Parts: sequence; C-alpha cells; structure tokens
Amino acid sequence: MTDGSPPAWEHRHLLDLERLSAAEIGLLLDTAARLKEATNGCRTKLSALAGRTVVNLFFENSTRTRTSFALAARRLGADVVDFSTSASSLAKGESFIDTARNLEAMGIDAVVVRHASPGTPHLLARHLDVGVINAGDGPHEHPTQGLLDIFSIRERRGSLAGCTVGLVGDIAHSRTARSNLHGLLKLGARVILCGPPTLVSPRWQELGAEVSHDLDAIIPRCDVLNLLRIQFERQNTRPFPSVREYASLYAMTGERLRRARPDLLILAPGPINRGVEMTADVADCPQSVILDQVTNGLAVRMGVLWLTCGARPAATVAGGQG
Amino acid sequence: MGTLLIRGGRIIDPSQGIDRVDDLLVRDGVVASIGRAAGPTDESFDASGMIVSPGLVDMHVHLREPGREEDETIETGTRAALAGGFTSVACIPNTEPPIDTQAAVGFIHQKAARADTCNVFVVGCVSRDRAGRELADIGGLFEAGAVAFSDDGAPVYDAELMRRALEYCRMFDVPILAHEEVLELTRGGVIHEGLVSLALGLGGMPAAAEEIMIGRDIALAACTGGRLHVMHVSTAGGVAQVREAKARGIRVTAEACPHHFTLTDEALRGFDSNCKMSPPLRTAADVEAIIAGLADGTIDCIATDHAPHAREKKMLELDRAPFGILGLETAIGLAVTRLVAPGRIDWPRLIDALSTAPARILGVPRGTLRPGAVADITVIDPDTNWQVDVSAFRSKSVNSPFQGWMLRGRAVATIVAGRVKFRR
Repeated sequence: MTDGSPPAWEHRHLLDLERLSAAEIGLLLDTAARLKEATNGCRTKLSALAGRTVVNLFFENSTRTRTSFALAARRLGADVVDFSTSASSLAKGESFIDTARNLEAMGIDAVVVRHASPGTPHLLARHLDVGVINAGDGPHEHPTQGLLDIFSIRERRGSLAGCTVGLVGDIAHSRTARSNLHGLLKLGARVILCGPPTLVSPRWQELGAEVSHDLDAIIPRCDVLNLLRIQFERQNTRPFPSVREYASLYAMTGERLRRARPDLLILAPGPINRGVEMTADVADCPQSVILDQVTNGLAVRMGVLWLTCGARPAATVAGGQG
Repeated sequence: MGTLLIRGGRIIDPSQGIDRVDDLLVRDGVVASIGRAAGPTDESFDASGMIVSPGLVDMHVHLREPGREEDETIETGTRAALAGGFTSVACIPNTEPPIDTQAAVGFIHQKAARADTCNVFVVGCVSRDRAGRELADIGGLFEAGAVAFSDDGAPVYDAELMRRALEYCRMFDVPILAHEEVLELTRGGVIHEGLVSLALGLGGMPAAAEEIMIGRDIALAACTGGRLHVMHVSTAGGVAQVREAKARGIRVTAEACPHHFTLTDEALRGFDSNCKMSPPLRTAADVEAIIAGLADGTIDCIATDHAPHAREKKMLELDRAPFGILGLETAIGLAVTRLVAPGRIDWPRLIDALSTAPARILGVPRGTLRPGAVADITVIDPDTNWQVDVSAFRSKSVNSPFQGWMLRGRAVATIVAGRVKFRR
C-alpha cells in the first residue's frame, strides 16, 4: 500500500478532530496501523513522501511532539525543516502569517504548526496553499495526540465502542482533553471528565461527556484512565488551594489502582509531573501504556502526513477542512 | 442657502409623534415646515417610497484621532457616518492622548469643521488621562463643548471615583457613559464564557463581569441622583437590571450595538478576529433579551461602538488581535434586517432608537424635525436589498464581520444643516 497513493482523504489539513467524522477518524487510525506494521513498528523507512518537504513551525516549546513529527516525516522519506522561533523574524516583529508565507514561498509541502493561541492553524490554513497540521494550538486541540491516545486504546482493546474512558485533571486548559473527547465520542466511547469544578465545567455535559468531581467514584467504572498534566503555565490564577490538596484528590496512586478493574489501561500524554497526576508506581505499572503511546505517536503522525501530503497530483489539491 | 423640498416621503419624527407621507421643506438650513408645499424651491428631492427621518445620531463612535490615524481619522470616520445615514456622532475619548483637556476638545472640533462632514459631539474623559485615579476637568471640558463623559475602553474602576463623577455631573446635567466590566473576571478573556469558549479553548468573559458592574453603577446612580448611561449592554441580566432600575425611577439609560442583536458567540467558531469585541458576542438568549429590551424601551437607543482597527492589527492570532469592529456603515441594514423586517419593532421605534433617543440622552438639539430645528435629515430606502462590501466602505478600516451579508434598508441621502452631504 505504501508504494501507491494514500487512501482517499478529502482534507488537505488536519486542524482538529471536532469537525471530522467517525469514518475519517477511523481512516486515520487504520492508516496509522498499516504504516506501523509496514515499518516494523515504526523502525524502518519508506519512501512514500520522498522529495517532499515538511516544515515544523513551532511557536511554542516542544521536544516530544516536534521530534515525533520530524521522525515520522523522515520515516516516510520526506525532508524536514525545523523552524525555531528564537532564531526567527518574529523577534523582529514579523507576524506569524508572514513568517509562514515566507516558508511557503520556499516550496514546501506541509506545515506542522504549534502555537500558544487557539485557532492559529485555522488562520494559517486560510492564508497558505499548503497543508497545515495542527500540533497543538493553545488549550484548543492537539489532534495527533488525541489520535495516538485513541490508537493506543484501540490497539489494546480492539474497539472503542462501549469503552469508558476517564480523562482526569486540568480539562479546562488541556488541548489533549478536547481532542480525546471529540474523537472518543465519535467512535462510541463513553467519556468521563474528572477534576475539581474550577477545571471541569458542567457545560461539558452539553457536548456529551459525563462530568465528575470524584475520582474515587469513577475509578471502578473506567476501562481507561488518561491522566492529564496540570498546565500551570496556562492558568491565570491557581484553580486549587495547593498542589498537595490537588494530588490528594486527583493523583492516581497505587492504592487507587487496587480499586480499579484489573484490565484498566493507564494513559498519560506527558510530560508527567510524578506525584501530581500520578505516583511513580502507577507510571511504571503493567497497566501503563505510556511508552506505547510514544511509538504510536510516530505511527499516527506518519499516517497524518501521508494522508495530507501524500502522492497526490497538484490539480486535485482543493477544498480543505474548515 | 435657499430652499430644499423633500417630496412625498414617509416622514417619521418620534419627537412630534409624526408618521405620515408628506412633504418636508427646509429653508436656510433649518426645518421650515411639514406639509404640502406650494411654490418654487431651489432644490427638490423625490422621496416617494422612502423614509424621511430626523438625522441619525450614533452616540458611541471611536474616531481614533488623535493618535491612531492608521485606523481611522475624524474625516474618514465621519464620511463613514454619512454613508451610514448618521448626521451626528459622539466620539469617545480613548484616543492617544485622551480627550481630557479643553485644547483636546478644541482639536476635535477644529478637525471636524475642516472635514465639513457630519456633526461631531465630543465625549470627554471622566478621569484625568483616563487613568481612573482623579476626575478630569469636567467643568472645563463641558464649557469647551463636551456633551457627556466616559472612560470607555475601560470601566471607571474605583467605585468612589464613579460615585463622585455621577455626583459632579449633576451640576451640568450630563450623563456618564459607562463601560461595564469587572476586569478580574475577564482577564485573559477573548470571547464570551460559554460552550463555545469551552470548546475552542479560548479565555472566557463571563456575563457576570458585565452584570456586576451594571449593578454597582445603578446603585451609585440611585445614591447620587446622577445620570448613568450603560454602554453596549450585551447580557440578558444587564437588560433586566436596567429595566428594574428604570421602574424604580433611577436615572439610567442604555444602548445596544447592532452586532449584539445580530450575532452570537457561535460566530467565533471560525476564529475570525472580526467577531472579537468587548463586550463579546453572547448567546441566543442574550440576543433575544436585547431585542426585547429595544422593543419595550428598556434599551433607549442603538449605538454602533464603531471601532476601526487597521487590517494588520486584526490579522493576528485571535487572542492577540484587538477588540472592536466597524459599525457605522452597516447599522441601518442590520437594524432593519434584524428588528423591523421580522416585525420585532416598528419604524417609529427604530427612528427613535437611532435618532431622537440618543439626541435626548446627549442633550443635543438634534433628533427632531420640528420647524426651526437644524435640518439634519436622513432619507432611508427601507426595502432595498444590498450586499455588504467592506472594500466600498468610507471607513479607513475593514474590520467588519458582515462582509458579504445581504442586508435590507440603507440610507440614500444624508442631509446636514440643510446640505446634502451624502447621496447614494
């Protein structure tokens, strides 16, 4: 399959999961699974994107996601340019749209963008002619993280339908939570958002999620727990009295784990604050799929890159998501 | 100057309770008579099928000059006003420097006279340097011609200062125009706090931030007897508070902006910075409350909060782009399309909200076609359907969320002191 054209994919961008259908998400996951297999677990290289150039345009610090995208592009044979904000024209006052247009003029095929402001990839998609992949836009979405979390669950459980997933922690400031929520609900999972009311609004119920402020009450019902990091850097004010109090209420501990189903899966998008979202014994327990997530992140990003900028004649480049 | 006859239009003048098809005669820049006119005139204008209204008054306009001429100037802003059917605007003093001296008021008057477009009434600062610490020279500003006082762009944060301003202004019988916002609740806020802000991960500005400040200022108006005018009310709770305060006899008036009775926060789904303003677009229930408030008179008038920003300033990440959108050239179209065409308010009420009421609140001798009044007149085609094209705007900026919209109703002639200043 990887010699020819990628499967039919109607969007040139991947901006968010909210506006994708279940079938489109399924296609992304299936493509990632096939690429993972074809590359012997993302270890060998293909040439599907040979001659293409992918730009990592990161306006916000990231090590893991940027490395993962770069490696994914290289595994498909693409050239990768890392654009670093510190060395950029942004310090000279150039707008980020101008920066992106300049990069586009150098003949690139896709832009992977991370930015602290929600909607930035959507804005770029309106101003650029190349594919735009959202690698995290503030607290809005992080579609490839959502996809890799879902991929990791599906890999272990076969299907998402009927599966109960608890997303625990700083839901208010988490792009991972939003992408997970949309993707999981579309694929038929039940989603419970859990954390203090200052971080988990009851309004989420209007989108189809269940909301709980009591981790101990939901643990026995969950097939999966995804432990989200407290985003101290995005908070204007501290949403709880102390980290100690937060951890006592919402950290996943070995003791809490004993009250969970034996086949519970533990996910964490990382980086994790050990002792805040979870204790060390949980991070390293057999139920943890945290390291699988990293490998699967490569597979998912290969799939996304291939579908959005794979072998496709320029004439058919039209439309786009959003 | 001679005579101008406006023939056969539907003359609506809420100040006299007039709503009938008739002729209107203007002589030497003032209204001479309403009624069948005989004899020759220097100029005549066929207004059959049109609405003939006292000139429209927008009491909330940011002309940006001095200091931000890249966004708008007194000349371009007042040309936009004329094209939108407004014969008078009140300019808000959050310029750079702010309008807090007699010299600054004189500067505006001089620029407006040179532009020779529509009337520009000056709103002075409540506080010196708009810094919210001590009263500006309100008496001196009033003497120089300021018709109202406002620190808009920001609330008067210190309750004691607001109390003193309301008290002090009683001496001149002028209103304080209040931007109602509790800043601690909107810090980091980009759009209305609700389902959309939650889904998009954008900082929210809760309705409570407006409602709390309206509540405070109503209480201060009650305790001082001063005149409070609530600017750009955007929440159902705010409308209810104004309604209740009026019932209690407190001297409070209010305005609403066309965008707040037209759009909801759903418009932000596309991350369009032209949908970003403060107060933000709210929910469908808030829109409904504003329309009901305009219909029952709780909200006295429509004001645009015309807030131009140069293109490059709005072409930014949504959370970095400035607040504010254009209003002058789409106001009639939005009001007719959203309020009159669906039968929510009638034409006399709309003319009242766009002309007579704001003139009364500002205490300026406008908003009437009484014989002897300055002949500021707006002729409106109530049935024309037109498409918004920002590239044809007279404003220097293009930050309108209504680009491409089909609207109904538009000014076809704008007459200032008997002179036709704009003709479509």
